[in-house]
Amino acid sequence: MAEVIKSNKPLTVNPLKVSQPMGAILAFLGIDQAIPMLHGSQGCSAFAKVFFVRHFREPIPLQTTAMDQTTTVLGADDNVTQGLETIIEKRRPRMIGVATTGLSETQGSDIQGLVKRYCQQHPDETTALVPVVTPDYSGGLETGYALAVEGMIRHLVPEDTSRVGEQAQQINVLAPSMLTGADLDYLRDLLESFGLRPVILPDLSDSLDGHLMDQDFVPVTTGGTPVEAFESLGRACRTLVIGHSLHRAADLLKARTGVPDLRFDSLMGLAATDQLVQALHELTGKPVPARLERQRSQLQDAQLDSHFMLGFARFAIAADPELLFSLSALVAEMGGEVVAAVSPHKAHILSRVPCEQVVLGDLEDLENQARAGRAQVLISNSHADETARRLGLPLIRAGWPIYDRLGAQHQLWIGYQGGRDTLITLANQLLAVSHRHEIPARVSIYSKPEPTCEVPHAALETG
Amino acid sequence: MQAKELAVLMDEPACSHNTKAKSGCAPAKPGASDGGCAFDGAQIALLPIADVAHIVHGSIACAGSSWDNRGTRSSGPRLYRTGMTTDLNEQDVIMGRGEKRLFHGIDQAIRDHSPAAVFVYNTCVPALVGDDFEAVCRAAEKHFGLPVVPVDAAGFYGTKNLGNRLAGEAMLRYVIGTGEPDPLPARAQRPGIPVHNINLIGEYNIAGEFWQVLPLLDELGLRIICSLSGDARFRQVQAMHHAEVNMVVCAKALLNVARKMQDQYGIPWFEGSFYGVQDTSDALRSFARLLADSGLIQRTEALIAREEARINQLLEPWRNRLRGKRVLLYTGGVKSWSIVSALQDLGMTVVATGTKKSTEEDKARIREIMGEDAKMLTEGSPRALLDTINEYRADLLIAGGRNMYTALKARIPFLDINQEREFGYAGYDGMLELARQLCLTLESPIWSGLREPAPWHKVDEVNHG
Repeated sequence: MAEVIKSNKPLTVNPLKVSQPMGAILAFLGIDQAIPMLHGSQGCSAFAKVFFVRHFREPIPLQTTAMDQTTTVLGADDNVTQGLETIIEKRRPRMIGVATTGLSETQGSDIQGLVKRYCQQHPDETTALVPVVTPDYSGGLETGYALAVEGMIRHLVPEDTSRVGEQAQQINVLAPSMLTGADLDYLRDLLESFGLRPVILPDLSDSLDGHLMDQDFVPVTTGGTPVEAFESLGRACRTLVIGHSLHRAADLLKARTGVPDLRFDSLMGLAATDQLVQALHELTGKPVPARLERQRSQLQDAQLDSHFMLGFARFAIAADPELLFSLSALVAEMGGEVVAAVSPHKAHILSRVPCEQVVLGDLEDLENQARAGRAQVLISNSHADETARRLGLPLIRAGWPIYDRLGAQHQLWIGYQGGRDTLITLANQLLAVSHRHEIPARVSIYSKPEPTCEVPHAALETG
Repeated sequence: MQAKELAVLMDEPACSHNTKAKSGCAPAKPGASDGGCAFDGAQIALLPIADVAHIVHGSIACAGSSWDNRGTRSSGPRLYRTGMTTDLNEQDVIMGRGEKRLFHGIDQAIRDHSPAAVFVYNTCVPALVGDDFEAVCRAAEKHFGLPVVPVDAAGFYGTKNLGNRLAGEAMLRYVIGTGEPDPLPARAQRPGIPVHNINLIGEYNIAGEFWQVLPLLDELGLRIICSLSGDARFRQVQAMHHAEVNMVVCAKALLNVARKMQDQYGIPWFEGSFYGVQDTSDALRSFARLLADSGLIQRTEALIAREEARINQLLEPWRNRLRGKRVLLYTGGVKSWSIVSALQDLGMTVVATGTKKSTEEDKARIREIMGEDAKMLTEGSPRALLDTINEYRADLLIAGGRNMYTALKARIPFLDINQEREFGYAGYDGMLELARQLCLTLESPIWSGLREPAPWHKVDEVNHG
């Protein structure tokens, strides 16, 4: 539906894009007792660490191969070996995800070969090692995340198509970077309510949901998909694939295991959730649980209440491709209009965003488009706070990073319940600024002048 | 940048670390490092210059995950909060289009934002590809008639500390000495109060904390030509050579600027801090002493007496609440002792302090203030910090933001002392805020509930225990 155009300027101003290695780190953080290591200069991981610590408000296990002047020029292969040895000795992780950066890729590092060689030299090593090529000069967080998921499947899922359905209740879930911890929890409950046993990959709802434990310090992730789970993926009855970005990973998983899959681009809003629920109903043959029916009716009621505010309302959205698509579809489902849609990089899904034009650009493009389209509400990450301030518009925070509010990870967007909450949040933003669209008072030339009344139409404002 | 140029920068005669073995400047170890890189350090040091367009030349990771994430404040322009990067893509890298993109990028920044100057930060990928970004900056400066300053600070050159130094070097080479100070406003000329010009080096106005000190300097007739770089403007950096005294605030990293300004312009300098009542007073005294103005010395003493009396009265109720509380302090270098005295000032006991980046002098000073058996932590791993807290029965950890969740997950009160913090602790009034924040976390009612087992587990213990 949308025409995808590239913002044609030499400088990126107020970047929207988060780099590819960041996406890989995020995916690896969804595995239990894991630690990611970036093959790059130590700044690559120091920035990444601060970024995720501020977003999640959690300790983030992350290491670096610490390339310096000498190793950058003369070769940093030993850094990888040394880094792996040190991490394994000091932290005893179950898995290390090794992601490359612009620096190591420009240098010409062969990370797949290096890790392979390490495994040959250490035949007794039990820690799973997953190398992935993620230079920051292409793609973004969403693609880096998808590459890491694909890499984990490639290195950890055995090739065996003979065991499909051995665990009849098991359903694999390939979860994309656009889902929050709360979204994953909701999805898990939903699947369980149909008698299924979900194995979520990767599972950030278990590792970075902000839980307090008995131990005072753990040097690796404290939750997430267990490494053993990868071997069990081939015994599931189905794989649920959320998000267009994970299609390549899903293709690989299907080829490896033979497990058929169900694919959904979005789980936001009534229609998208209905599709999932219908598919689960057909798959299991079980009736849709009464509780779910109830939630659905609540979402419908919220649609009725909020359509007065959201209909014709003008939104400006800047986010990674899938999230942009999902949010836009939700807005469109309510009769709202996406007057500015900005994505940091290209993706197939963008042409299906329900709006006229998607700009591949930055938050400066969002600002210009939002102004031109007279947007009423912005949806983007915390960096858009300055943008919103300049435009004088409310900002709904979504995407990466969210550092100036608590609880990004606990916010539910998907399903009937998340849909209801989101509609109410959006409508309330419009209500809060509705006085700005009020008709200015006019006094007849024939009327007698009177002292100005402070609150002339208080009743109208809220009514 | 050539290896030999870097080697020269690593040799800083004014730095007391220079002749000692220290881990702070040692090469990072793969798999066991968590510090920032040279680009990080350079950007931190210069980003607060508010009216400059700061362009990061490189692929997205450098600017994308770090732009606009500092707590530094400006009283005027907000341009420094606009993130700009050439965002090099794969084609740019392969086809060598980086230089061209940078040139046009500088054009765009000048056209759209009318900056006072453009700073260009070089990063790993273009440095490795071999972009001659300095030549681009020269050409752009000539073409657009606006200062375009190259800051060569690719991450792989070294640590954050080196990056600070590279930033200072760029200011010395391209900016300082190229402009004159603004004329003195008539209303600022007060009879009996001669105006002395000073610079602050390494003050970043985190959370606006320097604004708690500024009125005192105004009162004494100390005019800040430039603060490098908190709430600074480009033209102020240009005029730094007009100062009579430089104060290096709480940081070894920009010592090269102070030392070279002494060599080139004969400007004396001292190291000081605005943390704590004692250090703030000492800093003010140092200005008066180096300026050798007897009137100023008198007025300074009077101001110190007045301010100390005022703040001590305000601090008294807080001291009663904080007295005897035990603190583990983990920060690098100079702060390891400057904060100690601030905490002791509040009646608290510092049981141990981090000395990873401290020199022998720093350590001697620590022993002087904390006593001979002061525990010095050379390792800052989360495990080592927590073990020390337990061993020394500390009530509180004071450290940088990255250690915050180490403490919180172990159910230990925490105070953030580094760059990202949201509160200003500088100057006399900063002590009040420090005391307030300390009480806020120490006296929080949440701790008992977090440390006790759930009620049903307690019952179990009684039954089975």
